[in-house]
Amino acid sequence: MEKSLSWREFIITRLIQSSGYSAILFVALIFFFLLREGLPALGEVDVSSLLNFRWYPIESYFGILPLISGSLIVTLGAALIAVPFGIGTAVYISEVAPRWMREILKPLVELLGGLPSVVLGFLGILVLAPFLRVFLNLPTGLTAFTGSLLLGGIAVPTVVSVAEDALDSVPRAYREGAWALGATRWQTIWRVTLPAAKSGVLTAVMLGVGRAIGETMTVMMVTGNAPVLATGLGSLFAPVRTMTATIAAEMGEVANGSTHYHVLFFIGMVLFIISLIVNVIASSVVFRAKKRAERILS
Amino acid sequence: MMKLFDQNRHIVQRLGFIAITLMALVTVLPIIGTVAFILVKGGSAISLEFLSGFPHDGMRAGGILPAIIGTLYLTLGTALFSVPLGIAAAIYLSEYARDNQLTRLIRLAIINLAGIPSVVYGLFGLGLFVLFLKFGTSILAASLTLSIMTLPVIISTSEEALRAVPQAFRTVSISLGATRWQTISRIILKEALPGILTGIILGLERAAGETAPILFTGAAFFLPQLPHSPFDATMALPYHLFVISTQVPEMPIQIQYGTALVLLVFVLTMNVIATVIRSRARAKRQW
Amino acid sequence: MVDKIIIENLSLQYSDGTESLRNVSMGIPQNAVTVLFGPAGGGKSTLLRCLNRLNDLTEIKASSGRILIDGENILDPKTDVIALRRRVGMVFARPVTLPMSIRENIIYGLELAGEKRKSKLDEAVERSLKLSAIWDEVKDRLDESAIELSGGQQQRVCLARVIALQPQVILLDEPTSGLDPISTGKVEAALFELKKEYTIILVPHSVQQAARTADHAAFFLTGELIEYGDGKSLFTNPKQKKTEDYVMGRFG
Repeated sequence: MEKSLSWREFIITRLIQSSGYSAILFVALIFFFLLREGLPALGEVDVSSLLNFRWYPIESYFGILPLISGSLIVTLGAALIAVPFGIGTAVYISEVAPRWMREILKPLVELLGGLPSVVLGFLGILVLAPFLRVFLNLPTGLTAFTGSLLLGGIAVPTVVSVAEDALDSVPRAYREGAWALGATRWQTIWRVTLPAAKSGVLTAVMLGVGRAIGETMTVMMVTGNAPVLATGLGSLFAPVRTMTATIAAEMGEVANGSTHYHVLFFIGMVLFIISLIVNVIASSVVFRAKKRAERILS
Repeated sequence: MMKLFDQNRHIVQRLGFIAITLMALVTVLPIIGTVAFILVKGGSAISLEFLSGFPHDGMRAGGILPAIIGTLYLTLGTALFSVPLGIAAAIYLSEYARDNQLTRLIRLAIINLAGIPSVVYGLFGLGLFVLFLKFGTSILAASLTLSIMTLPVIISTSEEALRAVPQAFRTVSISLGATRWQTISRIILKEALPGILTGIILGLERAAGETAPILFTGAAFFLPQLPHSPFDATMALPYHLFVISTQVPEMPIQIQYGTALVLLVFVLTMNVIATVIRSRARAKRQW
Repeated sequence: MVDKIIIENLSLQYSDGTESLRNVSMGIPQNAVTVLFGPAGGGKSTLLRCLNRLNDLTEIKASSGRILIDGENILDPKTDVIALRRRVGMVFARPVTLPMSIRENIIYGLELAGEKRKSKLDEAVERSLKLSAIWDEVKDRLDESAIELSGGQQQRVCLARVIALQPQVILLDEPTSGLDPISTGKVEAALFELKKEYTIILVPHSVQQAARTADHAAFFLTGELIEYGDGKSLFTNPKQKKTEDYVMGRFG
């Protein structure tokens, strides 16, 4: 009986161990398949035409610059909204709000994170875009700006939860020290708590931006889908098209193995690498912050 | 002089607090507004026929049953793969893994999985499951794609729940002659269950609402019957909402709001259940 | 008297660099209370955790020496540690009952060992709770959660949980450190009964408790065994200056 017990233990331990390793396997698999389907694009289209201003696949124009600029301008707009409101809300929840308010706000922000992006896109088309068209007197309401507003909303929960964690992990003694020196709570927030949580707040911003770059359905539905190179702030109020939306909109209609198919995978690869960089940097910030905290405590 | 300065500081604080409260409100009120708006607008579309009928007249009339069933299938399919794998991985990280390079690499991989754009998951699913493994555009391929996307949520929440169980329980159990796995299966998992459940539901909630990963892996524009096997494609609520709000001209607005409402209720119910489990477990916890 | 346990040249160093035991050799006699005492960080708990290989859970850098229980070296990698831990039970400083009923706590180890017969389990529950002097207090609420009990009661349930496995050796690591004097008295009285059947090794939480309970006493200082001898004489007439200083309370 003891023998069978140790066999069972052995097998279960192996199973658990391989499940633990599976995360690495999946990241590797994803990267491999993106490379496998995306790299041929470089053989079929030369780099100079990829880095061009014209995206018109039907006539074999595969310039991805307008898509990249579209993603950038929408994301930039989203960040301008999500960063101040996200950090503000995090500070409010963690430092200012009374307990009962916190208990209401936290699940609500979490709820926003759980709202399907397609529902937000749907409301964007039906409510936000018509409103903005009239309000801003634009030819169409489906613009980068509309996308930014909604994307900002989508990125906010990420920013709030990570930033709030960071603020929460600032030792209470720091704040009490500042109060004891006569600082008001407001001064303490700005001069002690936020600086102490700086790396965590930065991580929050990065992850929020990462979330915004990767968002697909909402931007596809509300940004008007025009692959035009963004040239300045004016483009914020014109239709654009992002990398994610291009993949989502066109992948369903291309022939497997065609140049167009490979280029779409190539764009996916670029997105994957962007998210990889964002997350590696964000997590190294977290690691460093933790080490510093350990040093302080020891 | 000092007094004036002091008063100034407090006025600044007062204004600052008001500003930041307003910011929080501006962030939160649209959430309530969105939910309420869809509840009101979509409510009148809901009927037995809408919930239990098939779409007809080019989806401009009838019900959305195939989309509801499809989303149920996809959510269950996702759970089938991601729940055992996610819990096992969490157990590995919390109970077995040592703090070394490999473990750090695993954590980095999980963080990266969480950050990969959903449409990239769609591409991956297309490349691996649909084409390479030849599952075709199917519930199976879509569920597997969604599973991998859901995995980081389940792993990280479950790991947190496992780690919250006091270390002393493990020491005591081992000292009484239990093996590591006996300790985990008899004590640790039971105590961490509410936290793990919360994580599972939040992960599946995300999977249920996603569109981009299933666009090229399993979602069908319109199907005249329900799927018969995991190798069939399926309609799904989020994709259906996308289709009827962008791809079908002269779509009755009522049906659009109704579909949005059903999807929202589906997702919100899961969210509320998760919140309730979590807060009840916190109140009941004795350690 | 027979030595149940023989420790030979035991040294151990933790991964964080702290050295916990230095070349400790001693014999621990059967059916007696052997007390390991001394200031914190002296290696007493480490020694206890070697005796049931609980140190396997900790990161250890280096260890050497042998521990013979009934002539068998338990530090041998081939030792069945599960069986060892059933033979060498342990009670911890903080009373930790598992999150289940009192009865389930007591039979936890037995069930893991494969005992399924209800009559045997019931018998074990009653016998071990009686030996731990808590039967009368809990006999009507065996199926209630053990966490509801007071600290002193919980600690005696923990003791009963160990006894239920019918071990040969019982290790107690400051078992009364968090308890009131009355509960402490009950635990000490139980030990007095228990030593008739078991070999007991106790790390006391005070010199007074050491003096009250010791048949044999060993004084540990920074990982070294300074003095080891008969309980009575070691406290009244210590041979080493360091022991005397500590016993007299002149220790810094």
